[in-house]
Amino acid sequence: MNTQAMETRAKANPELAKCRTGIRGLDEITNGGLPQGRPTLICGAAGSGKTLLGMEFIVRGVREFHEPGVFMAFEETEQELTENVAALGFDLPELIRSQQIALDHVHIERAEIEETGQYDLEGLFIRLGAAIASIGAKRVVLDSLEALFSSLPNEAILRAELRRLFRWLKTKGVTVVITGEQGEKTLSRHGLEEYISDCVIFLDHRVVNQVGTRRLRIIKYRGSAHGTNEYPTMIDEGGLSVLPISSLGLDYSVSQQRISTGVPQLDAMFGGQGWFKGSSVLVSGTAGTGKSSLAAAFVDAACRREERCLYLSFEESPAQILRNMGSIGFDLGQWVDGKRLHFHSVRSSLFGLEQHLVAIHKLVREHCPDVVIVDPVTNLTSVGNNSEITAMLTRVIDYLKMEGATTLFTSLTGGGRPDEQTDVGISSLMDTWLLLRNVEADGDRTRLLYILKSRGMDHSSQVREFRLSQRGIAVLDAKQRAGQ
Amino acid sequence: MSTNLTPATHPLPSSPAKAATDYWDLRLYVAGQTEHSVHAFDNLNKICEQHLAGKYRIEVIDLLRDPKLARGDQIVALPTLVRKLPEPIRNHGVAPRPRFLAIAQ
Repeated sequence: MNTQAMETRAKANPELAKCRTGIRGLDEITNGGLPQGRPTLICGAAGSGKTLLGMEFIVRGVREFHEPGVFMAFEETEQELTENVAALGFDLPELIRSQQIALDHVHIERAEIEETGQYDLEGLFIRLGAAIASIGAKRVVLDSLEALFSSLPNEAILRAELRRLFRWLKTKGVTVVITGEQGEKTLSRHGLEEYISDCVIFLDHRVVNQVGTRRLRIIKYRGSAHGTNEYPTMIDEGGLSVLPISSLGLDYSVSQQRISTGVPQLDAMFGGQGWFKGSSVLVSGTAGTGKSSLAAAFVDAACRREERCLYLSFEESPAQILRNMGSIGFDLGQWVDGKRLHFHSVRSSLFGLEQHLVAIHKLVREHCPDVVIVDPVTNLTSVGNNSEITAMLTRVIDYLKMEGATTLFTSLTGGGRPDEQTDVGISSLMDTWLLLRNVEADGDRTRLLYILKSRGMDHSSQVREFRLSQRGIAVLDAKQRAGQ
Repeated sequence: MSTNLTPATHPLPSSPAKAATDYWDLRLYVAGQTEHSVHAFDNLNKICEQHLAGKYRIEVIDLLRDPKLARGDQIVALPTLVRKLPEPIRNHGVAPRPRFLAIAQ
């Protein structure tokens, strides 16, 4: 996204050439990638994704940018690395065979070593140099140099040689990624940041309320403007994904086009035409008021128009939704089979808010939906407090508006609360707010709906009754309300 | 030979059969012919002649000529002496010190 802006910015700084990583989101937040021909330090705790980032840098360098790369592994063996990246669809042995990647596993057994005199680490230089020359590498990953500190007892020699190594690497014209284990008081345990001053990136991985959260932060990027925020990050079968939140703003274009709500009489309440394409709709109400049913009607109508829909469910499984909506006459299964409707069901408590955000990003990029349903957003309270959820949903809405998707969020109002209180306080973010209510009178439950707001259009201010039946949803005429 | 050596720093081979094997297979890895590497080789030769006459072999591997050979013995520091036989140990720097050859006794 924003590649044009990226390229313009890159051209504006010709002396600051950048090396694209191909890692989703990382090139955006660095405005073009890592500093070309220079070393970048990636530090983080164990399991934060450093080796993965290094591997992706090399493999994507080959696959997407046709740049051969060297991976010098000080900790993992070739076998282990192969297994780790196989899940991402990377065939490491094949890439090595075809001489696009050179992998050298460096292992020094401390017990086997006896220091008896003056020495240097020229052997390391020779191996690295040979690997680079053998395939004409333009990218190098050293994962992780810190292993040398535990294997080689003479730290003075080691540090002097590391200084020499980085000077030497600059002459080789390769972009280098160095990984470092997070230190207690320093960025990396052995202070590698002392030698790498061009770019330092920190991968944070913590567990909050039993949920793992990943964030990436650019600590330093000399000569380049960079966001100083922490960016939500996710690792899944596609590799590492970073969410470039800084690219979100309030500058999306709006459409004048109107689309049907899926219920013709409801369209009538919205000036006869329905909702604005690309707008955000909130449907709130207590349990059992029919929110998901309205969402289904909207999806069904969109699919009939041959539009693409993404249904994110935090409560019910796709099978449940299909069954329940089938009972009111909506055959959503046909749209799933026809690949127009994609369900994504996940318990909100499974991931942190950032991961949900990244997941939504990924799904939207993958499926390019015209309509996105989030049902219900209120479940997210299990992994965040209201202000965090509001912040996350703001980003979701901004992102979806930029993509031009029409969104419908359902929100569960807790029983006994005033109807107009949405648990997560997002009503101000939404363009349209539809409130559903059940009233009991004379031993009967009546379904009611009314429009609290709908920006930019005339809308009905009436409270109308509606019914769910096997034939779908029907909104009754105002005068059809019993007792009127 | 020297008696004030501490054999404990160099664990002796456990089986008597191995102790009887006193053929030394040594590999000296260097990066080209520097003063240091030539000096290391000369000293090594001298010591081997002195203590292991006829029972040793020194192979000098110049990694500048053949870099690929560094991977096999996992060479990082140079110069390094690798003792392939008996029981492998490696010495970085290879300064000629008597205790290096403690096991020769």
